[in-house]
Formats: sequence, C-alpha cells, structure tokens
Amino acid sequence: MSISRRDFNKLLLAGTAGSAFGLFGISNTAFAARKRVVVIGGGFGGAATAKYLKKLDPTLSVTLIEPKAAFVTCPFSNWVLGGLKTMKDITHTYTALRNQYGVNVIADRAVAIDPVKNSVKLSSGKVIGYDRLVVSPGIDFKYDEIAGYSKKIADSSMPHAWQAGPQTVLLHKQLQAMKNGGTVVLCPPGNPFRCPPGPYERASLIAYYLKRHKPKSKIVILDAKEKFSKQGLFTKGWERLYPGMIEWRSSTGGGKVVGVDAKTMTVETELGAVKGEVINLIPSQKAGKIAFEAGLANEKGWCPIDPASFESTMHKGIHVIGDSCIAGAMPKSGFAASSQGKVTAAAIVNLLRGQEPISPSLVNTCYSLVGPNYGVSVAGVYRLSEAGIVEIPGSGGLTPVDATDDQLEQEALFADGWYTNICKDIWG
Amino acid sequence: MSRTKKHVLAMLAAAPLLLASGHGFAATGQEASKPVKPETESRGEILSLSCAGCHGTDGKSASIIPSIYGKSPDYIETALIDFKNGSRQSTVMDRHAKGYSDDEIHLIAEYFGNLSKKNH
Ligand SMILES: Cc1cc2nc3c(=O)[nH]c(=O)nc-3n(C[C@H](O)[C@H](O)[C@H](O)COP(=O)(O)OP(=O)(O)OC[C@H]3O[C@@H](n4cnc5c(N)ncnc54)[C@H](O)[C@@H]3O)c2cc1C
Repeated sequence: MSISRRDFNKLLLAGTAGSAFGLFGISNTAFAARKRVVVIGGGFGGAATAKYLKKLDPTLSVTLIEPKAAFVTCPFSNWVLGGLKTMKDITHTYTALRNQYGVNVIADRAVAIDPVKNSVKLSSGKVIGYDRLVVSPGIDFKYDEIAGYSKKIADSSMPHAWQAGPQTVLLHKQLQAMKNGGTVVLCPPGNPFRCPPGPYERASLIAYYLKRHKPKSKIVILDAKEKFSKQGLFTKGWERLYPGMIEWRSSTGGGKVVGVDAKTMTVETELGAVKGEVINLIPSQKAGKIAFEAGLANEKGWCPIDPASFESTMHKGIHVIGDSCIAGAMPKSGFAASSQGKVTAAAIVNLLRGQEPISPSLVNTCYSLVGPNYGVSVAGVYRLSEAGIVEIPGSGGLTPVDATDDQLEQEALFADGWYTNICKDIWG
Repeated sequence: MSRTKKHVLAMLAAAPLLLASGHGFAATGQEASKPVKPETESRGEILSLSCAGCHGTDGKSASIIPSIYGKSPDYIETALIDFKNGSRQSTVMDRHAKGYSDDEIHLIAEYFGNLSKKNH
C-alpha cells in the first residue's frame, strides 16, 4: 500500500475520533465503561494478543473466542511424527490465560462479524460487542484445485496434517501401519503457505522414523515449487543423515500434482502417476473462513492490513494477524503470528487511549529439525518502511551451510528450548 | 521518529480542526488522566517484546535458552553489541542483533535491566 493511502486512513481515523462511529466505534456514553477487545482464534496470533493486551493494560476487558478446549500446535507436530514428542507434549490449554491473566475465554466459534455495529456473533447465537476486534483464524484449504481431492479424502485417506490435531494422529497412524519398503508421498503446496520450511522438516523427521523402523522405505516429495525454504541446508542434511531415502521432484520435474485417486492411492503428476502407501498431500491455502465471511480478505484469498497496527484496510476497528494477513516480508509462521499479536496488542492499547501506535518491530525465527541432533534455522528482523513490512538489510538469514556439528547440535537444543518458551509466552 | 510518522504528524498539523477534535476526545476518555509513558521507554518495551518469543515472557526463560531477566543493562548491551559485530560466538543471536541499531540495543538493555530492578 502506498504511504499516502495509509496516512489518509490515519487522518480519517483521527478525524472521526469524536464522532459516533469513530475510533471506538460506539457512542460517547460508553467511554466510561471498560474498553472491550474481542479476539477470534486462540492460536499463535490470537492467544498472544489476548495475553499481551492484559499484560500491557490490565484494565481492558479481553474476550477470546476459540472453539477448541485445548490447542494443538503445528510446531513440533513433525517431531511427533518422528517419534520425538507426543501429542500431549504439543497440547496447550487456556487455563493460565483465564486464571492468571483474566482473559474471558469463550469456547465457541465466531460465525459472523458486524463491522458497523461492532459485534461478533457466536454459533450459540450470543452476540458480543467490541471496541476493537482482533481476527487470527489461521488458514483454510483450497480443496478444489486438485482433481479427485476433497476434504473427505483429506479426513480419511490422504491427510494434510497442516492443522494439528486429528489430522496429525491420522498421518502418524498411517506411518506406523506402513510396511517396511513402502513409499511415503509428500506433496507441498505452492507459495504462499503456512510454514515454508515445514514440509521439508516433515520429510526429515519421517525419514528419521523410517530409517530406524522401516529402513527399506523411501520418501518422494512432489513439489508445486521450483525451489524451497532452507533448500541447501535440508539437502545437505538429507545426504548426511538419510542417504538415498528422500527424493525431491521440482514442479517442472514431475512434481506438480494434477489429480489424486484415493482408491488406488495414486498421485497424478504432469509427468505420470506415483503410488504411495502413505500420501501426505498439503493443499494450497487461503485465509481462515471467518475472514472471508466478514469481507476481510482480498481476491487473492488473504487479508490486507495497515502494517503499522495490523488494522484491516477493508474494515476499520478490526485487526487481522497471523497466517490470514498479508504481512509483507514476514513468513506465515507461529513465531511471526505471535510477534504480530504483541505489536497489535500494543497498538490497540495506544489507539484506545487516543494515541498513535508506536512504530512496530517484528521478528521471526523458524527452527527446523533435520535429525534429533541436527537443527537449522532462519531468522528475520522486520520494520515498517514505505514499502510496508520489510526485513532489515544485513540482518537475519540462515544457519551457515558450513556450520559445524556442534553448532547444528546447539541449534537442535535451542529449537526445543524455543518451543518451551514460546508456548509459555503465549498460553502459559 | 520515522519518516512515516513525521509525515503523518505533518498532515495532522495541517488539519488543526481534526487534530483538535482528536485531542478533545482523548481528554474525555477514561484513560486520559493516566500518565503517558515516555516515548523512549515505550519504544524499548516494543523492541523487547520481540525477545520473549525465544527468551520467555519478560526475558524469563524456562528452558536451555538463557534468561535476559535479572541481567544488568551493561551486560545485555555488551552482549548484543558483541553478537552484532561478531566478536561473540553464537548460533542465531548474531543474525538477530544485526537487525537493531546501537541506540535500539541500548533501549532493549535498559528495558530489561530496569524490569528486573523494578520487581526485586
Ligand atoms: C507442520 C508444521 C510445522 C510448523 N512449525 C512451525 C515452527 O517450527 N515455528 C513456527 O513459528 N511456525 C511453525 N508452523 C506455522 C504455525 O503453525 C502457524 O503459522 C501459526 O499457527 C499461525 O498462527 P495463527 O494464529 O494465524 O493461526 P492458528 O495458530 O492456526 O490459530 C487459529 C485458531 O483460530 C481458531 N478459529 C478459526 N476460526 C475461528 C472462528 N470462526 N471462531 C473462533 N475461533 C476460530 C482455530 O480453531 C485456531 O485455534 C508450522 C506449521 C505446520 C503445519
């Protein structure tokens, strides 16, 4: 977005602040009451926002709407597939948010947003008013891009396991049931998608499991892309730890999936069919459903925002964060979503006090485990510029390709430490 | 102050009526009597929120990753500057530290340093 447009929005915001539908979206009589912030989605973005809103301003009334009683993280779900963690290890409740931070957690689904009346409707029929709304619903899938594929097939025979929970369990069971010598077909989607290095960490940790329990098996990656995240690091790691076990095909090299047949467990590519005992197809993605229903997404399927506050450019008073939003140079990761959540919490506290948001500082670190003692990472520090959210030149980047075994082991330890701390930072 | 923000303020200043209505509004708000945090402190806090993703809330780590909480401002500033210029070995901190100016590093160090002093 151009700077003039953003400035114009801010000017509008400031200008309408005193009017009935201004900054707080409600009449002056409500000013005496506690300011109400409602958050939709208790994942990496939403739960972090709720916690930090209360931490930064305990006088706020903060309501978190999330249908699941406990959240299962995608981060470390690949470690579960590799046998290095259990589902219990990656499941987090909302008890601390509720009891320690005073967040009003409602176990329900938001079904509609009224951006004019500033209210959210839940599936129970309950309507909740807000002064500011935060929407962090994660992703939804484009099931209709591949012939023969559907949500039903994903739920029964070809799990994506790209939202953690029952999908992870299904894929895990299929891997455990597979015979020694079987083929695992893994199909990563095109950009942009949740967790760019995720499919390749998954291939690594499935290989780790297979090498120990089913060493005659192999993994074929049919990729919708020509290259992938941390490619040099992964390729080197695969050669060192799992030689001959993982085959990667680029989009034009026979990787592009055009159809599937669930009955014969076959994936159809532009260059022929590939059979697999286990097929982990990860479909293309778009913003979470509620973002579409509320008119927050653009024609490309993601939500445009003002990068200074993550306020939607489609509807005032609503902030969209995490995988659903378009955050410039930031990848769609849990770390990024939580960083955006904190920045948004700070911006909302300021906005509710009639102040400008402080220019944000954003960050990301994505660790990937290639093997139990073999970690690699990509890091990024981001700021606001005239071009939106950009990475600070000279900062960030990848684990060096010539990293020593000691460094790789350290990174694996830090990956584990990171998970403990970020989950505690968000749900703890 | 960023160029963006300067620009916004300039635009606002050019529209005194709008600005006035904004201020009048703030004064009637419930929070208006609360002392406004000085800009530098708030900036330090914003920058420091980034650290919690790995080092834990308020820099209190529950894992192998070192805590920042409880360290002195001098210690934190020296460590970050050393990571930044490569004189201290690291896995990922060099890549992060290069994303901050020396002034920003100072603000982060002050923020964490004072945080532990406040709570002791
Ligand atoms: C295999 C895998 C590995 C990954 N590894 C990493 C990693 O190592 N590091 C990392 O940083 N990231 C990782 N990620 C990415 C990370 O999981 C996502 O980027 C992150 O979850 C995005 O956060 P979010 O808040 O946008 O969405 P989510 O965390 O998915 O949260 C969305 C929440 O919103 C709820 N919701 C949706 N609609 C509604 C509604 N209408 N009403 C109420 N609630 C609703 C959902 O139930 C859900 O709980 C990984 C992803 C995968 C798939």
